[in-house]
Amino acid sequence: MATSIDSANAEAVERIVEARPVLIGLGRAVDLIPGMHENLLLHAGPPIAWEEASGPLRGALIGALIFEGRARAEEEAERLIVSGEVSLAPCHHHSSVGPMAGVISPSMAVYEVENKTHGNRAYSNLNEGYGKVLRYGAYSEEVQERLRWMHEVMAPVLGASIEACSGLDIRALLAEALHMGDEGHNRNKAGSVLYTKQLAPHIVKAAPEAATAAGIIEALGDNALSVLNPVMAACKAMADAGSEIEQSTIVTTMARNGTEFGIRVSGLGERWFTSPCPQPVGLYFPGFSAEDGNPDIGDSTITETAGLGAFAMAAAPAIVTFVSGTPQDALNATLEMYEITSAEHTSFTIPQLDFRGTPVGIDLRAVVETGITPRVNTGIAHKEAGVGQIGAGLVRPPLELFAEALVTFAEEYGF
Amino acid sequence: MEDPSVPDDSAIASPAATLAEIRAGSYYDSVVLMLLQRALTELPGVMDAGVVMGTAANKELLGQSGLLSEEIQGAAPEDLILVVKAVSEKAGRSALTRVDDLLAVRRPQQTDTYQPKSLSSATRMIPEAEWILVSVPGRYAAAVAREALNLGKNVFLYSDNVSLEDEISLKETAANKGRLMMGPDCGTARIDGIGLGFANRVRKGRIGIVAASGTGLQTVMVGIHRLGRGVSQAYGTGGRDLSAEVQARSAKHALALLKEDAETDVIVVVSKPPAAAVARDLLAEAASCDKPTVINFIGYGSPQEQLPTAPSIHFARTLDETAEVAVRLTTSADSQCGVESDALPSRAMDTLSRLVQSPQPHTFLRGLYSGGTLAYEALFLLQDSLPSVRSNGPLPGGEFLDNPHHSQGHTVVDLGGDAFTVGRLHPMLDNDLRVRRLLQEAQDPGTGLIVLDVVLGDGAHADPAGELAPAIEEAVSVATQKGRALPVIAVVIGTDCDPQGLDRQVEQLKAAGAYVFTRHDDAMRAVACAFAGGREGRLHSPSELEPGVPNATGDVSSSSAFAAINVGLESFTDSLRDQGAEVVHVDWRPPAGGDERLASLLNRLR
Repeated sequence: MATSIDSANAEAVERIVEARPVLIGLGRAVDLIPGMHENLLLHAGPPIAWEEASGPLRGALIGALIFEGRARAEEEAERLIVSGEVSLAPCHHHSSVGPMAGVISPSMAVYEVENKTHGNRAYSNLNEGYGKVLRYGAYSEEVQERLRWMHEVMAPVLGASIEACSGLDIRALLAEALHMGDEGHNRNKAGSVLYTKQLAPHIVKAAPEAATAAGIIEALGDNALSVLNPVMAACKAMADAGSEIEQSTIVTTMARNGTEFGIRVSGLGERWFTSPCPQPVGLYFPGFSAEDGNPDIGDSTITETAGLGAFAMAAAPAIVTFVSGTPQDALNATLEMYEITSAEHTSFTIPQLDFRGTPVGIDLRAVVETGITPRVNTGIAHKEAGVGQIGAGLVRPPLELFAEALVTFAEEYGF
Repeated sequence: MEDPSVPDDSAIASPAATLAEIRAGSYYDSVVLMLLQRALTELPGVMDAGVVMGTAANKELLGQSGLLSEEIQGAAPEDLILVVKAVSEKAGRSALTRVDDLLAVRRPQQTDTYQPKSLSSATRMIPEAEWILVSVPGRYAAAVAREALNLGKNVFLYSDNVSLEDEISLKETAANKGRLMMGPDCGTARIDGIGLGFANRVRKGRIGIVAASGTGLQTVMVGIHRLGRGVSQAYGTGGRDLSAEVQARSAKHALALLKEDAETDVIVVVSKPPAAAVARDLLAEAASCDKPTVINFIGYGSPQEQLPTAPSIHFARTLDETAEVAVRLTTSADSQCGVESDALPSRAMDTLSRLVQSPQPHTFLRGLYSGGTLAYEALFLLQDSLPSVRSNGPLPGGEFLDNPHHSQGHTVVDLGGDAFTVGRLHPMLDNDLRVRRLLQEAQDPGTGLIVLDVVLGDGAHADPAGELAPAIEEAVSVATQKGRALPVIAVVIGTDCDPQGLDRQVEQLKAAGAYVFTRHDDAMRAVACAFAGGREGRLHSPSELEPGVPNATGDVSSSSAFAAINVGLESFTDSLRDQGAEVVHVDWRPPAGGDERLASLLNRLR
């Protein structure tokens, strides 16, 4: 005796699971992202104003305007935003996602992913690697130089290579990476190597000279997160396939802007439910402590939304040390997420759980009923712009968010 | 070093203080609450402590321990009450600040394997489990049991305080799905050689039991084992099953299973008096079976006159006799020759009558039972000997206690009754209630003789005598100081295979000065004789009086692998594991963390 909600949820999750995201190209944000324009900056998480933005997000917005040539320094950038000349919008409002600050500016290169099953597309920026990077709010000349190399040298070759291999099936890549110890969020070591391996021959052919090819392959291969952004775009394409289904209580967005955690629910359309971001619990790099940490930030929770990341933790026992755990804890993390999800993924399987599909499709009702909130694997940003990553760990969105969304859902549908 | 004999100033300056804290809408396993209460009592300067849910009954109990305040009076049933009586306000405050630390010290997990949070996850982890044991608080129990039935499992529902409507609808659902629904308020069962809930370890054998009562079932099982025979299956039904409303839905189902069971030769049916129509119905059902059936509808008038009977049906009067009749029938299972129900073995009444010291004149019996059926049998067996015994669960037409927390005249109280167990552990698991009541009775000059049942077996307290014996000793000494004699009778229901060790339990109770019986009917005869003026006797020595206990040659362990899911009391999971069963424990929490508004919203969105 399935209710209308059950069947709506079944439809939403079926669409998420059956979506087949393929990386089809790379181009300028203003050319590819729907609604993108010269005076718009996209950012991670739910909507936010400059005044409420945290250090890392402010730094990334400043850095992006410097990169665009719209500002030379901090004050100038701030004036552009505060005056309203340049407006801000969540990536999620433009079929996009970005890790950490998640800032995408008009001329930035973005990956384009198409869900071959349902036809919708999603976008994400390029991953800069480690150290002083824009996504953690750094915007020094060193950072700008790196961005310029990525956009002037790497992006054209990468775009040509992606076209040359006529699309890269990210779902298949993820399925393989899960069997190699990745969970698709904090650990993308195997996925990044697979990604680099697939593109390498095409990069060599597309690059103007051998040294350029070597530089690009080295950059991709050294960065254990190089595939994270295409993966996030793929997850966004999957989650979007399940959104806006009437009567569905499946959570289709979880995202943080460094100040607030926000979720959206399939049956409630574009509406955000937000509350202050909790601090992640985890391991800090030497010299840093919880006091230095910024509240949680980034769109990378799209991986958990699509049944990866902390939901696939059982596949990645190597990273349980972030929360001083044991391999058994990794299994338990995934097992716990089955309690609040309505399906098991048919493509993403976990060898450690006898090839059971990862838990997918967070059901608002199950979260409120059990009090179990989704687990999120996350990196920890320094609260000051530009310091970068200072740790990694676990965070859970506040339970009140889900209770509030549930009450709204019941009102909306007259239950 | 300060001289410890000098009381410190703060104690003089501020006399004993009672401090309380109310935590709204908190949920904890009642075992956790019991452990917390103990831990608080052991803190320096703490004289007494109470950790209970804010039900009316619990507030009454706190009042009797002098732990009630106005603040506590205002607590709601879903509120957690924390109260300490300490030598000083400072000591009390400091104890209350320790509560969260003490709660955090959960016993270490046996393994770090995943504990599922829901029945459906548990089912996924152990798909072979056919049984789900449910012992969550009453107001959540029906929903959990319904979910278990919908998962296609048989249900052992220990929880009480479940509504009659829910019981009927659960049993209808079970019938439609061809599943057995034992309970609500089902304390005991034995399935495939594994005890569920409170169950004694008995030999596997050829007697099958259907019982609408927990301790009734335990007493019969123990009796069968003591006589050298064993049990095939023992099904509980819950106390209300044989009512006119429920119409013995579970009992009939269980009876049908035993009729079909090739391992069962003799069937026993035990219940408090059923509704007349239900009794006739059930007897007709039993009569249609070619297996000899022993019926004990405790105190059901003269059954032979009122009820249809058949050559295969035999009536017994006491629980211990029920076991005897069943055992005799197994030895002659092929012949239908009846065992006369009144042909009881001579139990050396004269010897017994002199064993227990007679109570002083104008004093009364105080029966403090943990077993509801034993309490009921006590009322039945004493009805001709003692005038008007009051109880919280009297015989039909009998007198209710004005207040179950206070004895009046001759009193038999079931401390496991519904009123005592909301948000609190059953007295078979937590001796605190009985220890307090025992001392309360000892203070009462009207108390002449105390009877206690001490029920052993899986699921029960690990060492009940270890806690009751010192209390008995104290009670006797309180009375002695006041120049009164106070005989105490303890009836131990247990087998030589039970984990507590029957002999060790008996020895402890005897050493405390109790008269110890292992048959309840014997104990009741002794009570009757003592009040009839039997002369002073000596301490009861069970070895002299017990019929020769055949060596336990049979196998008490289960033959086949038994798998179950347990949701609720962790002690049930432990006892299933101890018995070698495979069990998955559900780490259950009330829906929406006990938030009623969200929970009802969830129901609408289901």
